[in-house]
Amino acid sequence: MKSETKRVKGSTLVEIKGLKIEGFSDDKWHPIIKGIDLHLKRGEVLGLIGESGAGKSTLGLAAMGYCKPGCRISAGSVSFDGRELVGLPAEELRTMWGSKITYVAQSAAASFNPAHKLMGQVTESATNHSIMSAPEAEADAVDLFRRLQLPAPETIGNRYPHQVSGGQLQRAMTAMAMSCRPDLIVFDEPTTALDVTTQVEVLASMRRIVEEFDTAAIYITHDLAVVAQMAHRIMVLRYGNLVEENNTRAMLKQPEKDYTKTLWAVRSLEKPEEKGTDIALSIVNVDGSYSGVVKVLDNVTVRVPRGKTVAVVGESGSGKSTLARAITGLLPPSKGRIEFNGKALPARLQDRDRDTLRRIQMIYQSADTALNPRQKVRDIIGRPLEFYLGLKGEAKEKKIEGLLDAIELGSEFIDRYPNELSGGQKQRVSIARALAAEPELIICDEVTSALDQIVQEEILKLLMKLQKDTNVSYLFITHDIATVRAISDEIVVMHKGKVVQQGLKSEVLNPPYPPYTELLLSSVPQMDPDWLTNLLKARAA
Amino acid sequence: MSVETQDILSRRTKRTWTQSTVRLLKSAPFSAKFGMAVIAFYVFCALFAPIIAPYSESEIVGKAYGAPSWQNWFGLDQIGRDTLSRVIYGGRNTIGIALITVLISFFIGGSLGIYAAVTRGWMDQIVSRLVDILMSIPVLIFALMLLAMAGKSVWNLIFILALLDSTRVFRLARNTALSVAVQDFVEAARLRGEKMLWIVFREIVPNILPTLIAEFGLRFSFVFLTIAALSFLGVGIQPPTADWGSMVAESKTLITFGKIQPLIPAAAIALLTVAVNFVVDWFLQKTSGLRDEK
Amino acid sequence: MHPVVKTVLQRLGLGFLTLLAVSVIIFSSLELMPGGFAQSILGQGATPETVEAFNRSLGLDRPPVTRYFEWVTGAVQGDFGKSFAGAGGWREENIRYVSNIIGPRLYNTFFLAAMTAVIAVPLALILGLLAALYRNSWFDRIVNAVTLTTIASPEFFVAYILVFFFAVKLRWFAPLSTISDTTPFLQHMYKGALPALTLTLVIIAHMMRMTRASIISLLSSPYIEMAKLKGLTGRQVILRHALPNAWAPIATVIAFNLAYLVVGVVVVEVVFTYPGIGQLMVDSVSSRDMPVAQACALIFAATYILLNLSADIIAIVTNPRLLHPK
Repeated sequence: MKSETKRVKGSTLVEIKGLKIEGFSDDKWHPIIKGIDLHLKRGEVLGLIGESGAGKSTLGLAAMGYCKPGCRISAGSVSFDGRELVGLPAEELRTMWGSKITYVAQSAAASFNPAHKLMGQVTESATNHSIMSAPEAEADAVDLFRRLQLPAPETIGNRYPHQVSGGQLQRAMTAMAMSCRPDLIVFDEPTTALDVTTQVEVLASMRRIVEEFDTAAIYITHDLAVVAQMAHRIMVLRYGNLVEENNTRAMLKQPEKDYTKTLWAVRSLEKPEEKGTDIALSIVNVDGSYSGVVKVLDNVTVRVPRGKTVAVVGESGSGKSTLARAITGLLPPSKGRIEFNGKALPARLQDRDRDTLRRIQMIYQSADTALNPRQKVRDIIGRPLEFYLGLKGEAKEKKIEGLLDAIELGSEFIDRYPNELSGGQKQRVSIARALAAEPELIICDEVTSALDQIVQEEILKLLMKLQKDTNVSYLFITHDIATVRAISDEIVVMHKGKVVQQGLKSEVLNPPYPPYTELLLSSVPQMDPDWLTNLLKARAA
Repeated sequence: MSVETQDILSRRTKRTWTQSTVRLLKSAPFSAKFGMAVIAFYVFCALFAPIIAPYSESEIVGKAYGAPSWQNWFGLDQIGRDTLSRVIYGGRNTIGIALITVLISFFIGGSLGIYAAVTRGWMDQIVSRLVDILMSIPVLIFALMLLAMAGKSVWNLIFILALLDSTRVFRLARNTALSVAVQDFVEAARLRGEKMLWIVFREIVPNILPTLIAEFGLRFSFVFLTIAALSFLGVGIQPPTADWGSMVAESKTLITFGKIQPLIPAAAIALLTVAVNFVVDWFLQKTSGLRDEK
Repeated sequence: MHPVVKTVLQRLGLGFLTLLAVSVIIFSSLELMPGGFAQSILGQGATPETVEAFNRSLGLDRPPVTRYFEWVTGAVQGDFGKSFAGAGGWREENIRYVSNIIGPRLYNTFFLAAMTAVIAVPLALILGLLAALYRNSWFDRIVNAVTLTTIASPEFFVAYILVFFFAVKLRWFAPLSTISDTTPFLQHMYKGALPALTLTLVIIAHMMRMTRASIISLLSSPYIEMAKLKGLTGRQVILRHALPNAWAPIATVIAFNLAYLVVGVVVVEVVFTYPGIGQLMVDSVSSRDMPVAQACALIFAATYILLNLSADIIAIVTNPRLLHPK
């Protein structure tokens, strides 16, 4: 019976009903998935989307009949190809894993065994399940490598995982998942750790191969624009519940639920650009290096006008974070000069006086590590007030409350420790700490990257409001073009330590582009299901 | 666990410090409660030894190797002193000496370690290399040799062990302080222009304190065992001062006659270190929040 | 040069420097003594002439640097100089050479250590692996409590309990392990059984805990989860995916515990009056026979350093990143 339904496209492959999953922590079981139904047809790609804590990965793995250690399925059923997976003995599940159902994990670098060559790991499922002989499986793997557009497909299998790049490894893992021509592949955030220009290539290869073999897939991600390229249908999850489910095109055009609508919001936020003439910070022909050998900053010139936002955008290794270290004096430039308010800024942190330090503040990517977990909000915000402005007692207390007000947190937060705050609240406290110094320039280093979409938008709005109120300048370091579009007046594009382009937002984001800017901008996934198809066509032309 | 549930958990209603301490102690597993009870009992005995002990440390109350009786529960030792009284005084001496040693060791190792982690300059390099070398000689062997050179006395014992043990404390303090010192909030403090003392005492120390407290327990049991071993070998605490290690050595021939006298002080040592280890084990699990599954 | 060779050579060089530094420390401990060694041996009342004669007879009148190099070059060839013990009369026939005293005892100690290692190492690795595989089971919990107790107990406590039951009550073994040069091999093993059992109990506890911890951290790596999700059996996951990455942690565990064994031997030898180098060192410390104490300390430290060095080298040569550079 099973073999008859086997290759009929459009027949049911996965049917999940009333699934509940719990996780064990602090001596108690907590619900992670709170009763979800899921339906997947053969050859269909389903996108699972949600923010952190939505339970999307847990649900995706449950479709394989797998629970992470410390989790359990407490109710419901998972049927795969007509067979119930919940309660199935480990022996039986094992015969399906790797052959009928396969998995592509987020971190390819950690998911490949460092001790074995790629080829052995890619062909392992096929040979282990006796689907192919070793030579057959190897020939097939080379074919898959070629289809996935890996360089040197004949020989790349002889390499060890640490010898190939992250994007290549992610494709090799897709080949591994594909080796037994499974009925279902679960992709768990496979491109999240990659740079945008690499992500495009990996997405294109993955989509092509899934289409070629007509494989059903569950694609888990937090990025709507990515899932729009990959999935036929999208399920939006939140707090372990289903929010909304629809075909990709319909969902993108007309989301029904308020929550889904808010996921779009940050893209609609856009600050009207203003040109600034009064230059607050000017970085001129700066070189910087860590060991003195490799230049991480190469002849960098950047100007930040007063009261304006300059976004520095680039991929990992572009030198954008090193630029921040050069400005703050943590990494004195080996060449060039940095001027602040028309005066040369001492290169080393130790040589700057307290008032100069006060004028330039910094906000970090991860508020978890940027706030001392052993200090209360009162002390975190109060310290710069005391240190720079000499405020004490009543005056300090009043100012702290004023700042909490400014960052839209109530005064009940004053005695909390950072671990009693949510991610967004922590980032607000970081902002208040910077603001307390009454600075002229704030360096924002990827301040929204670690946050969920909705929280990102709130933080960006707050930063804009504060700029209006205090006329502070922002140097906004980010890899995310959508964020750049939302908040910047001017944009600096960096690549391999060099400034590719600096100009007003309207100049940089509109043609004509320098080649790298073009590549970078075109690689950013758009909320359009045809974006990837069109891009590949355009690039092929 | 989801972020959401974490949020809810972390926003639990506030409790006072005493309330949460009582709660914490109640939630301790049996092994930790047992450990805490044992430690409390030892501390009590050590503090009030003169009141509790029926006789004094060196008083001869009967004939040698007197059998246990209602007056002398554990019998008499090789020159007729009361074993129970000597066990009680011995605990006071051994525990006291171990405690002083570990305090000195933490003062030296801890302050140098944190200083090295914060400055990370040539001083760090030199001290770290020196510690590597000193740590490549086993403590007991090194201590034996240094005691041979310096001669046997309680203060020599304390300073030699404190010096050797401080290398271990240095390494731990340096490594944990370094893992805190590279965090963004410490960089933020440096960018603010804070002085080193502020960074050390406000930013770093509060974050490494739990680790150091747990290590204090472990170092204490290690030093305590080393002192017991040295005394047992006859080069540690010297007679007539009562001490558990040398009491075992003095009465060791009795074991061949089937008497358990030598086992009493030995068991007293074992019980205390086991108790400390149980408590530290639980404390580490509580503070690190690490579990096997994750 | 291949990175593995380079790293191994670097590590060997570092080990050699450490050994050299340790030898300087051990040697100079004698020099640092306030008032000089002779003074402290002969007492405050000793006349300058006696002190001088004492120093001359032991060669202590020459500059320390010269003596250090003599000592080290001698030590490398197995010659540790003359013992102080026979130096009371300063007559030639009373002089005993340190290497002659140490030789047979070194053999005895390594005999005991080898006996322990042969039992303890495989047993601890297997038990540790089982505790890791069945973690949080009752087996794991009991093992955790028992090993914690054993680790926290002094060696002589474990030793006397064993003596009490196996030698005094059951009379299976003698309470003391008296051994001479002429003791036959099997007799030697029988006599060494109780000390070896004591050492086994002590190091097994350490080793098991360390094995358990490293296996657990290994098994929680994402590539092990991936191997499971590829449908491999538990056996295949362990043999093919966990084991090739386990050599370094296992080598570290073994080396650490053998090094620990070397130290534990001191107390155990004294308990059983087993004539090994540990007991010799304790005796020489009590009688302040410095050349013997120094020689013993150097041998202990060198064994310790070499064991850790071998663990590091195993970790280097099994590291795929170094074996197969980019």
